[in-house]
Amino acid sequence: MTEQILQPIQVNKKGYYGEFGGAFVPEMLQPNVEELRDHYESIIADPGFQATFQRLLKDYVGRPSPLYFAERLSRHYGAQIYLKREDLNHTGAHKINNTIGQILIAQRLGKKRIIAETGAGQHGVATATVCALMNMECVVYMGAVDIKRQAPNVARMKMLGAEVRPATSGSQTLKDATNEAIRDWINNPENTHYIIGSVVGPHPYPEMVARFQAVISEEMKVQLLEQTGSSNPNIIIACVGGGSNAAGAYYHYLNEPAVRLVAVEAAGQGIHSGHSAATSVLGTKGIIHGSRTLLMQTPDGQIVEPYSISAGLDYPGIGPLHAHLISTGRAEAISITDDEALKAAYFLTRQEGIIPALETAHAFAALDVLAFQPNDVIVVNLSGRGDKDLETYIGHFERFGT
Amino acid sequence: MQPNRIVQVIQQKQRNLLNVYFTAGYPALNDTETIILSLEKAGVDLVEVGMPYSDPLADGPTIQQSGQQAIQNGMTLPLLFEQIQSLRRHSSIPLMLMGYYNQVMQYGEAAFIKRCTQVGIDGLILPDLPLDEYETGLKPLVEAANLAIAFLITPQTPLERIHRVDALSQGFIYMVSSASITGTQAGLSESQLAYFEKINALNLKTPRLIGFGIHNRETFATACQYAQGAIVGSAYIRTLEQAADIETATQDFISGLRL
Ligand SMILES: Cc1ncc(COP(=O)(O)O)c(C=O)c1O
Repeated sequence: MTEQILQPIQVNKKGYYGEFGGAFVPEMLQPNVEELRDHYESIIADPGFQATFQRLLKDYVGRPSPLYFAERLSRHYGAQIYLKREDLNHTGAHKINNTIGQILIAQRLGKKRIIAETGAGQHGVATATVCALMNMECVVYMGAVDIKRQAPNVARMKMLGAEVRPATSGSQTLKDATNEAIRDWINNPENTHYIIGSVVGPHPYPEMVARFQAVISEEMKVQLLEQTGSSNPNIIIACVGGGSNAAGAYYHYLNEPAVRLVAVEAAGQGIHSGHSAATSVLGTKGIIHGSRTLLMQTPDGQIVEPYSISAGLDYPGIGPLHAHLISTGRAEAISITDDEALKAAYFLTRQEGIIPALETAHAFAALDVLAFQPNDVIVVNLSGRGDKDLETYIGHFERFGT
Repeated sequence: MQPNRIVQVIQQKQRNLLNVYFTAGYPALNDTETIILSLEKAGVDLVEVGMPYSDPLADGPTIQQSGQQAIQNGMTLPLLFEQIQSLRRHSSIPLMLMGYYNQVMQYGEAAFIKRCTQVGIDGLILPDLPLDEYETGLKPLVEAANLAIAFLITPQTPLERIHRVDALSQGFIYMVSSASITGTQAGLSESQLAYFEKINALNLKTPRLIGFGIHNRETFATACQYAQGAIVGSAYIRTLEQAADIETATQDFISGLRL
């Protein structure tokens, strides 16, 4: 065989997708990261694990999540638009797919204490939820700014029995919460498992989280076949903070080049406004949270504080899988401003009666940017619901709601 | 080739070596020279110059805040290299740069190493650079430049990696005293002493300096019983934070540590 075959998109042994990934962690974290790396695949492959995982996804989370044909949106945009309803999961977002998987891993590694970072609070709530379910101690780090703008989720975490610790360094958002969680893990290396909420961090986190979220595209294949006669759509659209809902929606299509993958980032107040989180445009190669990827930084390598109205997209990096997909052209990145996202949230609400999370609203705004053929099948990953964002939405009612 | 100053001082003294960390650009942007000269005068054996970083994962609040302040003051790597070049006209104390790998990546690995040798840096500590990545990347550059490089071990480091760290480290092994970030202020516990003894018994080829949580005469003395010396960081930053005069404060701080 001399012919060059297209390289399948997958992680290698050292945790790289192409040139992105790896595990750049201090020695203090090395044993924990290696323990996870050496065991996660065999734990996931174990039939006992799978039986529990599948049962919880079905009966506790409520999977499969519906694939809904959005008739009015389809008419408006002139394409066949389907919504993957991750907002209907227990706790209201895709995040719980991953926390169920990771808590079962933590149990099998004999861990007693769980830590997590959270931006929008959805991952924090999903972590606090599985900790209540499994009777484990739970500490969630959250930027002080995010604690204010996502108050309902802070209250939910507290009710669920988690301790919410404010991160007060830097811009007091997701990046800083992640730093604090990593430092906690360094200080508690033996009894604690760190449930990372996105496809970021040192290997094996990006791949492990992607595999737990891959249930999204696994179901999509079956549901699309049933509803359209083909398991492949033309385009999949998902918002990208760290990139976990997008990774899950893309996963089983990564090696199907005919399926266009669209990654929607937060442009904040505008890509070049100095208040943005559009990492694929503003980012350069570097290391953030233990992974070689694209990130927003100064020429001196200092990480730049990002900005987005959406706490879950307010992150200066993207997962290494997405850095690889975007830099090789497998996925296309679109940046959406705060205002465009707010407008799209109101539009979706009035067209379909679904209030999306602010993160998810960015994915819907991309529908205004892309051009479609009438027969194109589009899937928008509806990553979460907007209950947590009502205060922000109502604050902009005059501009977008009337 | 000139012998490396870090290797040399450790070989000569063998015991009670004192390595002091400070964050470059803190308290004020241009304090670098004053601080290093004061440390040299006070009889410190090695100085670890922290390259301030926005997201120092292995560091506690004291070093984080000093780094934040230093960046705000305007510290950058090009400036730091200039300051060190100018300092070298008056000082021959062994100097290491401590920072995060992203800083080296952005400067450019080859350019960074070249600049280190030009200005008179003797060694590096990059806590988030894993051994594998070092071996396939920076290693030939570091060796060709005859720089020292210290890798970390902790109480959780498995034996196999301790031996790899021993083989790859030049100058000394950075022995982290406990599972923690920098800046803890408790005394050294029984289990930490047991870990020190265990490592001692391995008869590693590379000398060891113990760091993290070394903050007073007692913890320094204990560390020196189990290793060739120790590293003090956060406690010195706290001293600088309150110092009216850097030279006097440094003199007092170091004489308070020394045996
Ligand atoms: C509903 C929702 N969508 C998307 C995200 C962004 O995360 P990711 O890019 O990992 O899917 C978040 C994060 O908080 C979220 O809550």
